[in-house]
Amino acid sequence: MAGNEKVDVLIIGSGASGAAVAWSLAETKMRILCLEQGDWMKPTDFPSNGRDWEARRYTDFEISPNRRGRDTDYPVNDDNSLMKIANFNGVGGGTIIYTAHWPRMHPSDFKVKSLDGVADDWPVDYWALEKFYEENDRMMGVSGLAGDPGVPPRHPPMPPIALGKTGTRYAQAMNRLGWHWWPSDSSIATTDYEGRARCINLGHCTPGCAQGAKASTDITYWPLAIRAGVELRTRCRVREITTDERGMAAGAIYYDADGVEHFQPAEVVILACNGVGTPRLLLNSASAKFPNGLANSSGLVGRNLMLHPWPIVTGYVDEPLDGGRGPINTIWSKQFYETDPSRDFVRGYTLQFGRGTGPANQAIVGAASGLLPWGRDHHRRYRQMLDHRLSIGVACEDLPEEHNRVTLDAVLKDGNGIPAPKVDYAISENTRRMMEHGIARAEEILREAGATDLYASRTALNYPGHLLGTARMGTDPERSVVNEWGRAHDVKNLFIVDGSIWVTSGGVNPTSTIQALALYVADQMKQRLTTLFD
Amino acid sequence: MAAASQSRLSAAETAALGLVAGTMVPADADLGMPGADDSAILDDLLRSIGRDLPLVREALAAIATKSGDAFADMDRDAREALINEWFPRGGAPALALGRVIVSAYYRDDRVLLALGHEARAPFPRGYVLEQGDWSLLEVMRKRQPFWRDDRVIPAEGR
Repeated sequence: MAGNEKVDVLIIGSGASGAAVAWSLAETKMRILCLEQGDWMKPTDFPSNGRDWEARRYTDFEISPNRRGRDTDYPVNDDNSLMKIANFNGVGGGTIIYTAHWPRMHPSDFKVKSLDGVADDWPVDYWALEKFYEENDRMMGVSGLAGDPGVPPRHPPMPPIALGKTGTRYAQAMNRLGWHWWPSDSSIATTDYEGRARCINLGHCTPGCAQGAKASTDITYWPLAIRAGVELRTRCRVREITTDERGMAAGAIYYDADGVEHFQPAEVVILACNGVGTPRLLLNSASAKFPNGLANSSGLVGRNLMLHPWPIVTGYVDEPLDGGRGPINTIWSKQFYETDPSRDFVRGYTLQFGRGTGPANQAIVGAASGLLPWGRDHHRRYRQMLDHRLSIGVACEDLPEEHNRVTLDAVLKDGNGIPAPKVDYAISENTRRMMEHGIARAEEILREAGATDLYASRTALNYPGHLLGTARMGTDPERSVVNEWGRAHDVKNLFIVDGSIWVTSGGVNPTSTIQALALYVADQMKQRLTTLFD
Repeated sequence: MAAASQSRLSAAETAALGLVAGTMVPADADLGMPGADDSAILDDLLRSIGRDLPLVREALAAIATKSGDAFADMDRDAREALINEWFPRGGAPALALGRVIVSAYYRDDRVLLALGHEARAPFPRGYVLEQGDWSLLEVMRKRQPFWRDDRVIPAEGR
């Protein structure tokens, strides 16, 4: 096995959290190395460069690693889950292929036990994270509008994405209903920003932004972190974290692009592989001293997986709107976010209002929903749908349940022979009631907007790739995997900074909170450098 | 030789795909739309099946079975009826077949132009998105904050 020079800090994963923690720790001047199993992306790689831009959403830029199947991906057995797993493996991780919706968690999300009597409170609160949310907004470059009465004050550095015809149609309906709406915060540059060019509306930008207007960490945090001395090594797939005789993390064994095995020693190891990759790695790091997996004395590694069930309700109006000509993000509503005792469920959801979609995808979703026939009536019906589409996503909070979990598949392995993750996930009754409530409200809104041919897709087509809760944080080592500042209870030089440390999931896209937490953990580490392992 | 035949559709399968594609998305002269069985579109389709080849094969086989191996002999109405009955229950093969056909069809220049769209990639020119009516927000600006502040304990306690 090839050996490497010892580093002070070894970060595994270069996505949302790995990039943020690397940048923040760089000021310590420690020797920091990040191992990433994927490649750097090039702007010319992204689908919007070519005429096949829509088809590539279903091939090499598909959100499911199982279908995408790049050699930098690992398979996931998600057969026992209605919600499928989405991710991306490359520098920037999931930020390469996200929608760039940028809501924050609400203060109440951190106090669900105290306020609503369910699940557990987080060991940190919104106010401890607030300055890191702000810092992260500046680093990623966020567009939005201050003054939203539905969320705590925040200060997006750029103006919001245009309402467009689609957003205007939604807003008119929401005003008539008397329900809250506000332009969505998005990590998309609406002005030239820190060397990034502004958005020029390349269409639905989930599969990457050729313009560089959408914030992904390969073009935000990483250039600054590398300039500050951090090393980022790509095509390095980590198999396991090793430990020494004291039970401390000693480093990581990984395979390079040629399949050659290496050992990378380190003083501190930080995991940033998100809610499926991190428990997979911890479980694959079982040893005589840690027979149930590393940092798993609680038995909670892999448990409490939360995936955000996300029904989408669509309808069609009688005038052409924006279609797929801009980012999907328009407005959000927090009208039903906070717990309301009059409902038959606790907690709540965000409504996210989307623009339309491109010509091919319109036909794909139209046919899948049963609204677009095949044959001689196809063209007439299609013309009523193309550019006439409204869609509302219901971003539901799913509460932690131990039976929803990531384990290791007994058979499935990745290209290096490393056991693949297996996901078991079921939607709870509380979440189902929440979903139906949200679907009904979305249908009311669409009808008010003049839409017909409503169709609710509950789970089959919607898996947002929010992978949360599988190495939860807490103060009790028997009920959590990491402490209140991200250090593993069992291994005092092992930290986790990704979505797996979430205690509950909120009803929002998680990236801004994942990164705020990573910056918070990095800040805690910097404050404790001389006593980090005590 | 066997491997090569597994990696692309046979002549018979290609002919069957052309007939199915032309049935699903037929030409419409009044609207200026070619059919999905147009030779240029079909060529593009065949080039781009890629990873969906097994599912497309499965779909063609399912359609053949459902028609009693007589799909080509059926009249247009019967073919359309068969496809529309099969598709919603056809699972992954049906979705894959539909996806590869419309992905090739709705990027053809003639199709896009007939729909009033530009026949080009999004980058580098992008698109114009109008600002919309921001005055609608005035109603919301007057609304009081309603997010729950966890620092405020209500008089009756929690």
